[in-house]
Amino acid sequence: MSATVVPTPVKAERARRKGSLNWERTFTVTRTELRQLYESKDFWVPMVILGGFFFVVVPTILLLAISSIGNVSAIQQVSDALKLLPDTARSAVPQGVGPSTQVSYVLAVYLFAPIAVVVPLTISTAVGASSIVGERERGTGEFLAHSPAGVKEIYLGKLIASLVPGYITTIVGFGLYSLIVNTIVGGKVGGWFFPTASWWLLILWVLPPFMAIALSLVLRLSARVKSTAAAQQAAGLVTFPLIIIAYSQSTGALLGSGAPILAFGIGLVAWLIAFALLSTGFRSLTRGRLLGVADER
Amino acid sequence: MSLRPADEAAVTTVTDGLDVAAPSGTPEPTLTVDMRGVDRWFATNPALTDLDLSVPEGAITVLLGPNGAGKTTAIRMITGALAPDAGTVRTFGLDPIDDGEEVRRRCGVVSAKPALYDRLSGRGNLEYAAELYGLGRHADDRIVAAADRFGIFEALDQKVGGYSTGMKTRLALARSVLHDPELLLYDEPTSGLDPESSHAVLDLIREMTAEGRTVVMCTHLLVEAEGLADRIVVLDGGTDLLTGSQEELTRLYWPPNLVHIGAQDPSLLGSLGKWDGVLAMETEVPNRPGVVQVQLDDPARIPDLVDRLVAEGVRLNRVEPHEPTLEDLYFAVRRDHRERRQTDERRGLAPVRPPTQLDTLAESEEIR
Repeated sequence: MSATVVPTPVKAERARRKGSLNWERTFTVTRTELRQLYESKDFWVPMVILGGFFFVVVPTILLLAISSIGNVSAIQQVSDALKLLPDTARSAVPQGVGPSTQVSYVLAVYLFAPIAVVVPLTISTAVGASSIVGERERGTGEFLAHSPAGVKEIYLGKLIASLVPGYITTIVGFGLYSLIVNTIVGGKVGGWFFPTASWWLLILWVLPPFMAIALSLVLRLSARVKSTAAAQQAAGLVTFPLIIIAYSQSTGALLGSGAPILAFGIGLVAWLIAFALLSTGFRSLTRGRLLGVADER
Repeated sequence: MSLRPADEAAVTTVTDGLDVAAPSGTPEPTLTVDMRGVDRWFATNPALTDLDLSVPEGAITVLLGPNGAGKTTAIRMITGALAPDAGTVRTFGLDPIDDGEEVRRRCGVVSAKPALYDRLSGRGNLEYAAELYGLGRHADDRIVAAADRFGIFEALDQKVGGYSTGMKTRLALARSVLHDPELLLYDEPTSGLDPESSHAVLDLIREMTAEGRTVVMCTHLLVEAEGLADRIVVLDGGTDLLTGSQEELTRLYWPPNLVHIGAQDPSLLGSLGKWDGVLAMETEVPNRPGVVQVQLDDPARIPDLVDRLVAEGVRLNRVEPHEPTLEDLYFAVRRDHRERRQTDERRGLAPVRPPTQLDTLAESEEIR
């Protein structure tokens, strides 16, 4: 028997990845992932409830309550607490209006919205965490591993499929949220006020790269861990930076100043990191990992 | 007469993975798959060791071996889903690592688990495959034809999660031929099926080779390989022990024209070995008490043999040509391989290694 040594696995992996990207196949993977999500009511119904709670239920009830109870002492105390906000954030609060309106404004801009930011990320990471390890657990990774689709295409297809539910939640969620807060509070502060300039930047410029960063890390984890449960546990850590951003925003320390340059800078750095992570993320996925073989390099 | 291979040279090569060649003068078949000296490790465990595997075009090649013999890993190497640590793999003459997309586009695979998306309908699963294999988003005609062929058309719009095991296998088979592949790789396709469904699946596999496709099928069920395989590769411990058609392999272990003869008084058969035309005689046949085995120079002698025995007053209760089954062959290979290795180890010609699954399996427990 002849035993001709062929390229080492490292070289082989490199060779396997050198093929060009077929976008049609990438979007096929994306479309099929989304189709499966759509068919999984047990997944998206809780997610809709979660989004509805933070984007609609909480702000509606609390803002209506504050508006209806008027300038009672509790509201006065909260209003006094606004003095703790950074100067730049405090200067953005409308003047010449009652304390309850000021409190409503601050809650709408600095509390409810930052908390709701975490919802899209939670949805996207939940999708991403199970995307690759889920293929392995269900045995469908075998089908993908034997298919002509390249690992880059599979990785990107799954990444896009994980991002889409998060972005849809962001757009729809903040659309509803804007409608609610502007309807309840807007008339008292001289018209529509949300999203503020800082929030436009946050939603359109800062959140997307942070979600991409989080998902590229989540997909790497999903490719490596042994179970969906492990991937979801680890994904919790990945959402941590965004929670810090949300917390910073809620205290007015981050973008409360309305300083668009800071928001733009943070977004730019986040985009650069996101591109770096996305362009190398597919390396975490190999056909062996789709198959679930041990010690796959 | 012995039940061991008569030719010592052949015996030596059996332990190295003998490929029983076609008779000289027969044109060399085109190989769809050609694997040479392939090694593959998973962590510290060898999955394939010096595996040679050749798959002729248009034939059904059955990889036969117990769990852990390397059958699935071999299939994965053929499509390039896994890379070898050493050795060469050629599928359609291409390197499945460098030309993976081209190779995989020409292969249809059914894995041991059907690998279907339960949340999608049968149609959804086939559409996904059609798009990944480049048939575009409008492959409805092909989808319907494939589903119809495998008897799954009626359930095409139901969610796969509600399918029975047999329906899932049929859908997986339909998906494997959707893109009209040249090479079909079936890894235990009848796993979990009832006998009726298994027969139906095997019939469908036969049909597909009749259309000129090449099939590689893994199984540990001897009864499946029997009569289906054009070529059998016996694997154990990640290496090929023996390769050839069932007839060719059988001839290695059993000479032609064997006849089992039984009598009410077996002692009366003792003189048979000296008769004209009887080349050899075995008085003890495994699992056949009171039966002798003779090798004739010509099977046409059987009526004369019977006449003479009857004339001598022998009351016969069995006269049957002995055609060894695949099961007989399998265990003969196993026994021979184990004995050869033990001999080599005693002589220091081969490294002592732990027994393989074939050695440790209770006979017929896993291999049937």
